[in-house]
Amino acid sequence: MTELSLNILDIAENSVKAGAPLTEITVKAETAQNLLEIIIKDNGCGMTKEQVDKVIDPFYTTRTTRKVGLGIPFFKESAEAAGGSFFIDSEVGVGTTVKASYELDNIDRMPMGDLTATIHTLVTMHEDMDFLFTYKVNENEFVLDTRELREILGDISFKEYEVSQYIKDYLKENITSVTGEIII
Amino acid sequence: MKSLEELKAIRDKMKNQVGIRSEEENTTRVVVGMATCGIAAGARPVLTAFSDLVQEKGLNNVTVTQTGCIGLCMYEPIVEVYEPGKEKVTYVKMTAEKAAEVVNLHLAGGTVVSKYTIEK
Repeated sequence: MTELSLNILDIAENSVKAGAPLTEITVKAETAQNLLEIIIKDNGCGMTKEQVDKVIDPFYTTRTTRKVGLGIPFFKESAEAAGGSFFIDSEVGVGTTVKASYELDNIDRMPMGDLTATIHTLVTMHEDMDFLFTYKVNENEFVLDTRELREILGDISFKEYEVSQYIKDYLKENITSVTGEIII
Repeated sequence: MKSLEELKAIRDKMKNQVGIRSEEENTTRVVVGMATCGIAAGARPVLTAFSDLVQEKGLNNVTVTQTGCIGLCMYEPIVEVYEPGKEKVTYVKMTAEKAAEVVNLHLAGGTVVSKYTIEK
């Protein structure tokens, strides 16, 4: 992966596959603590203890189309290479939480990249699922809750041209504004 | 700055429009591989390009969706096009630029862009 937002997309796709009605994606940066945190928490099917132990192994996957599973290892590596840490916890029937932290100014921390594209892709491609996206930089915060959008839109699809463009612009403007001058 | 009020205005405008979605059996499906292999190879901008261009051009008979890994990771980003009554077309090593060509020539124009298909 070349940007952290791609890791977020990849890990959140696991939540989608786990049938999670709600996936919470939190990106939080605090300059005073030199900390960047990414948390992806879902209420999908969850995993057994044995599976959780195995998912950090690149040679473990539940797929039958190939023999490697690099999503979690990539994400873990991205954090550990940048002075950070990685955490995963899961419970069958409850859900999974994945958390990666980074030193914000670490030279080996990958840039966040196009967070708008990641959230927009998730939201518009999985209309049967809800996403709660929280983006916080120091004291500034932006929250996108698809349940709120759905309440406004009723049965109008997120994929409708104007709606999709609105969501994209809404994300982009707010993410840019919350980021300010900080390099994320 | 965009607000949710604006979304309400879009909703009110759209409520008065009659949907012109085509029937299920006439729908062409564009499927983009979005597993780790696809994403790492650049599938996200490819998917965005297809969604945006199909909407922009008003191709109401085309839906853009995503799938997992089909086991050809070295050819990612992979895009499959399923047209009713025709054989599946598999595009490989796609980019947003190539996606624009496929939308124009294949989805809108009806001609498969064979230089990007898997046989080449």
